[in-house]
Amino acid sequence: MRIATARRISQAFFLALFLWFCLVATVGERLWKLRGWPVNWFLELDPLTGLTSLLASGSLYAGLIWGAAVLALTLVVGRFFCGWVCPFGAMHQFVGWLGARSKPLKERVQRNAPHPAQQIKYFLLAFFLGAAMSDLAARLALGQVAASLAGALTLGVVLLATRKGQGGRAYALAVGLVLAVWVAWSLLAPSGGAWLLAGLLDPIPLVTRSVNLVLLPLADAPARVAWPEPRFYQGAGLIAAVFLAALLLNLWRPRFFCRFVCPTGALLGLVGRHAIWRVGKTQARCGACLSCDGACSGAARPAGRLRPAECVLCMNCLDTCPEDAITYATQPSAGGEAAPDLSRRRVLAGLGLGLAAPPILSLSGVLGPAWNPALIRPPGALPESEFLRRCLRCGQCMRVCPTGVLQPAGPSFGLEALWTPVLNNTIGTSGCQPRCTACSHVCPSAAIRPITLDEKLGRGQYAAQGPIRLGSAFLDRGRCLPWAMDRPCIVCQENCPVSPKAIFTRVAWETVLGGLIAGPAKGNELAVSGKALKPAALASGDYYLQSGGARARIAANGAHSLGLTPGVGWRVPAPGEPLSVAVRLQRPYVDPARCTGCGICQHECPVSGKRAIRVSAENATRERSHSLLLKGAGPG
Amino acid sequence: MSRDTGMNRRRFLMRAGKAGLGMAATLALGWWAHDTQGPSANIGQAQAVKLPSFAVKGTEKRLAVVKSSHRVPALRAGLEAMGGIGAFVGAGHKVVIKVNAAFATPPALGATSNPELVAELVRLCLKAGAAKVVVTDNPINDPASCFELSGIGPAARAAGAEVVLPHPGEFRPYTLAGGRLIRDWPLMYGPLAGADRLIGLAPVKDHHRSQASVCMKNWYGLLGGRRNVFHQDINGIISELGRMVSPSLVIADGVASLAHNGPTGGSLEDLRPTDTMILGTDQVAVDSMAVGLLGLKPAQVPWLGLAAQAGAGTTDYESLNPTKVELG
Repeated sequence: MRIATARRISQAFFLALFLWFCLVATVGERLWKLRGWPVNWFLELDPLTGLTSLLASGSLYAGLIWGAAVLALTLVVGRFFCGWVCPFGAMHQFVGWLGARSKPLKERVQRNAPHPAQQIKYFLLAFFLGAAMSDLAARLALGQVAASLAGALTLGVVLLATRKGQGGRAYALAVGLVLAVWVAWSLLAPSGGAWLLAGLLDPIPLVTRSVNLVLLPLADAPARVAWPEPRFYQGAGLIAAVFLAALLLNLWRPRFFCRFVCPTGALLGLVGRHAIWRVGKTQARCGACLSCDGACSGAARPAGRLRPAECVLCMNCLDTCPEDAITYATQPSAGGEAAPDLSRRRVLAGLGLGLAAPPILSLSGVLGPAWNPALIRPPGALPESEFLRRCLRCGQCMRVCPTGVLQPAGPSFGLEALWTPVLNNTIGTSGCQPRCTACSHVCPSAAIRPITLDEKLGRGQYAAQGPIRLGSAFLDRGRCLPWAMDRPCIVCQENCPVSPKAIFTRVAWETVLGGLIAGPAKGNELAVSGKALKPAALASGDYYLQSGGARARIAANGAHSLGLTPGVGWRVPAPGEPLSVAVRLQRPYVDPARCTGCGICQHECPVSGKRAIRVSAENATRERSHSLLLKGAGPG
Repeated sequence: MSRDTGMNRRRFLMRAGKAGLGMAATLALGWWAHDTQGPSANIGQAQAVKLPSFAVKGTEKRLAVVKSSHRVPALRAGLEAMGGIGAFVGAGHKVVIKVNAAFATPPALGATSNPELVAELVRLCLKAGAAKVVVTDNPINDPASCFELSGIGPAARAAGAEVVLPHPGEFRPYTLAGGRLIRDWPLMYGPLAGADRLIGLAPVKDHHRSQASVCMKNWYGLLGGRRNVFHQDINGIISELGRMVSPSLVIADGVASLAHNGPTGGSLEDLRPTDTMILGTDQVAVDSMAVGLLGLKPAQVPWLGLAAQAGAGTTDYESLNPTKVELG
């Protein structure tokens, strides 16, 4: 078998496996449901998710250690992940092939010529690494040596990659300089936190998010395999635009995203460019037919001085060379090798911008006084400052959520929160179901830490600390039917799943009709005058006739007669006595001490647009500083 | 080629012919799509449906009450007292069982129909010759989660029933003749299409707004859309539901009643053992009897009176001479 065919089979296999994992991330026990499929495996393999998460949070959570394995193997064999495993890469490869297949060799060689813009990805890599380790001061102060060392190591790698001369002194000087800047930064920089912004362009989170929130809902609407009802994801258009742009640009330059944008590719390129095995020519002089350049996926110029950092191991050059002059071996290319086309200044600029991004974005006060109460995070979500260090924006939580209440945060939530999970209780089939912890267990980076049902509901060993609250419901009395419109309702109270209910009612009587005058009575029938009544309009069981401080429920009514169900203390009014009609209202109140912020009340509220009862993030358990009630105070 | 070397007669006629065809096609398409009226007010509405009566001739006014602390024996004894399942389900029938699967809570909390009871009813229907048994509801919480967590879905499937979840395709607009509230409203008609029998199976539950939720309130789960607006007139809507559905049989499961914090419950402490199962063909009578398990008299519950007034049944259940069965 030809080596490129083996590569295509590998790509097809891993793409199919990836799509399968996206499909089966449905809560359930069937073979095609979640049961035990490693649905996060591709996210975990991506070394950039692991590295940025490590830098930002100080730990490498669970399966993210797979990224270390990929990095380690890349040191030996080069960018195998890009060429053979990455499902996004497979998509690019395919679309790129579609765009190039009928082009003459000359044009293909032109499209595959190394382009200065290829260094953008290194810049992006530096930026994302910078943003992930922005608060070294806090790290140092906390003595988290491991994380600091990892940061230094990364800087070293970046430096190593960018050093031009081989002189050890220049290298030492550069390391010293950067360390000095780093320490100065640690001491002087305002601590704006460290943010895992990489997920915006990190390839596996990007493709996972796009498949989960765009492709799957489209494909599943008629098929109904993943979800029994159609799914909605807010702002799917923006997610799709990024995804489709990345795919379609392959028609202009094959593997556009991989060559120019992919920060993971940049990382693997830097790590793998000194790999033990690499692609290269066996002889310096060849027929110069440029077939290899015309087939090169990574724009690595195999015919000339090869750029190992750009080589994605597609192996097309091996297959196309008519002289068999290209091989994958331990020798460097006989045609010579070139370092990646990037300047130290640009990389440092990227790093600096990255370091500055969290403090700059923090100036808007999102982690402080201007925190957004609409940002309701799922149960188990870490405090916001910690959450932003870990969330990959992969959309796995939104995919697995059985009710579809978890939505990707749109641009209005700020760049730092873009595409992170937020509850929108008006979308989906229900609010956050009390007896579900699916998102916390699927989250690959523990931005939503794994919780048990006991912890969520505040049972067993968690009884003392109470349930996890996502926020609290607040009534909008100007929109609520019993509060503003004299109409009975209390759907919110009925659906509150907490026992005892967090929504309670108080009875209020509102006089809705006056000016009636009692006529003669016959049993429970009473004739009335003064006004003509709309027949049967007062017979719903909620209206009462008032007379002298007592009330009788109206069971039936004609234009001038009432059928009454007398209550305690009722006496038949004397003819001529003035009467009025009152509606009995049960008005809802929220007890924030019991409310978990599940949002079921909001979902069910019959005020269908902007609901009359809405959850906001005040009193959420995860942010102590947002708590609402004093412990131990009050009657309850 | 001579494409650009001037015009001869043949080429001109060819081009004129093509242009003529193009013109004719364009104008024809325009004419075909032309609309002089504009859209009517009820644009985009699906075909309305009617709901037949599922009542079985000759079984009118049957009522049975079983005292027991075990559901499955109570169901068997109750059906026996009603004349046997064979009186209601025959060979080749499509039977729909409307359960209460409203909430995604475990069966022990009693907010939903008991799964063992559902399974037993499914088995009895199949044993009586039913060709197909469908178990359905349009729950309040996430439908798939409701059916799974309540245990109804797995139990019904294991017993041989088909479980139908709500989906936009299952709903059709429906208007209750003479109705005030249920007018042009989405009804979960899909599972009911072609059905021969409809059985309601509901737990007895406390309900703050309507005081009690039993068999008639259970038909709420056949409505779609933003049905919660009907809570403004809860008594009106329950009595209309009682008129909308003429069931073959209803079963009120009060072996344990959700006495507090209904209709959601949420704690075992909300349940009270009431050791009663009520079966009947007059749903007003069944519900009138069932509210007694919650300590209510029919006269205190306005929707019972309204439903009786509307001719859906009688609140005076003793007048039906209920068969009373005591199981140890």
